[in-house]
Amino acid sequence: MNTWFVRFITSSIGKKVVMALTGLFLISFLIIHLIGNLQLLSGAGGQAFNEYAYFMTHNPLIKATSYGLYASILLHAIQGILLWIKNRQARGSQGYAVKANRTAGASKASYRMGAIGSIILIFLVIHLIQFWYQTHWGSQIETVDYEGWDQPINDLYALVAFTYTNIWMVVFYVVCMIFVGLHLWHGFESAFQTLGLSHEKWTPLVKIVGRVLSVALAAGFAIIPIWMYLNQ
Amino acid sequence: MGADNMKLTLKIWRQKGNKAKGQFQTYQVDNVSTHMSFLEMLDVLNEKLVSDKQEPVAFEHDCREGICGTCSLVINGYPHGPMQGTTTCQLHMRHFNDGDTITIEPWRSAAFPVVKDLVVNRDAFDRIIQSGGFISVNTGQAQDGNAIPIEKEVANEAMDAATCIGCGACVAACPNASAMLFTAAKVSHLAHMPQGEVEAAQRARRMVEQHDAEGFGRCSNITACEAECPKEISVEHIARLNREYLSSSVGGK
Repeated sequence: MNTWFVRFITSSIGKKVVMALTGLFLISFLIIHLIGNLQLLSGAGGQAFNEYAYFMTHNPLIKATSYGLYASILLHAIQGILLWIKNRQARGSQGYAVKANRTAGASKASYRMGAIGSIILIFLVIHLIQFWYQTHWGSQIETVDYEGWDQPINDLYALVAFTYTNIWMVVFYVVCMIFVGLHLWHGFESAFQTLGLSHEKWTPLVKIVGRVLSVALAAGFAIIPIWMYLNQ
Repeated sequence: MGADNMKLTLKIWRQKGNKAKGQFQTYQVDNVSTHMSFLEMLDVLNEKLVSDKQEPVAFEHDCREGICGTCSLVINGYPHGPMQGTTTCQLHMRHFNDGDTITIEPWRSAAFPVVKDLVVNRDAFDRIIQSGGFISVNTGQAQDGNAIPIEKEVANEAMDAATCIGCGACVAACPNASAMLFTAAKVSHLAHMPQGEVEAAQRARRMVEQHDAEGFGRCSNITACEAECPKEISVEHIARLNREYLSSSVGGK
């Protein structure tokens, strides 16, 4: 099994390339996820959101893509944890008594990507149990009839709205979005560097896009529970 | 101007040998001149220790001109001390104040085992160089200096990478103890030059394989290495290494 591909994918740079590609794919998912979820703000009993949720769970192309998404999440998380362990071993058993954390451009979040990523992973498990599991196999979800539909569809909107009547759930989601923002703040530009896409003219733009994206995604997702709590 | 009677408290890592358990020991040094280099200040301490029949502190040094890469030392948490773009030997005591407590530790990395006190074994870097950091040339008479024209801009970039003195500060600074900046500087230097083309397809792959085998960590683009590099080598070179590695590993034979 010592083919060039195995050697590549198990090398330090190969592993980083996997982290970068899955990371960028997950960011593209977050953008679509946010655009879709903003329909939660439209009110009106959530018909637009429920119809969108039905489309997202029944369109064959999107279903196929979702398997790639699950694989990417697992790959990114498992690989990330393995790299984290490997890097701790490389640091050695004896740590520094005094250590200054000076960087040449990267954010302080870059020091804590493993820890921040682990928090996001825990959030993701809770988030998936709350909504994704309920959508597919859950018993907490009701169905609703809409005009023009020949069968009732899941009322995911009602479940989301009910979840966000709890102030602690709102706080939990907002705090976790801060961690998502921090993770992306370093992750986006880091992915380009790992892929070797570094360029005098374009790297400053990549950094700006990464920072705008991380703030926009974190704020965009955080607004939803706050809005729904205030407008319940 | 400058005082010549600074009093300092030094917390120095003492370790008898590789297997021995180390600990910090505190020393007082008086009459330190602001004109002294950091290593001269340690020389003063060692003279005192020797005259007191104590074991002097082991630390590495050679040229004391900032070009050989032998000196190391993590000073108050900064590899080569708090001044940027400076090796330990070129760090002067005027950057410290009377009464300061200074913590001095060796490079910490699983791939750089402590030999004694502040001295670590950096053979891993030599083995990375041996795996691909060379060019094949015909020996014999010296070539004409201008036989292979190289654009000034290209030569500049190659020189920026070639300034790496292989001191290991990048590893010491990196939270992942990764030697990517060192490996990248060597690969990037030769990748810029026509003389490096013969082995180009293999070089990045071989050197990264050796880097991994030595037990260095994996780069996560924290850029602490660039901040602490005494030659201020940019992480830009790591991006080039990644490109070279991808083309060598995925594109090469």
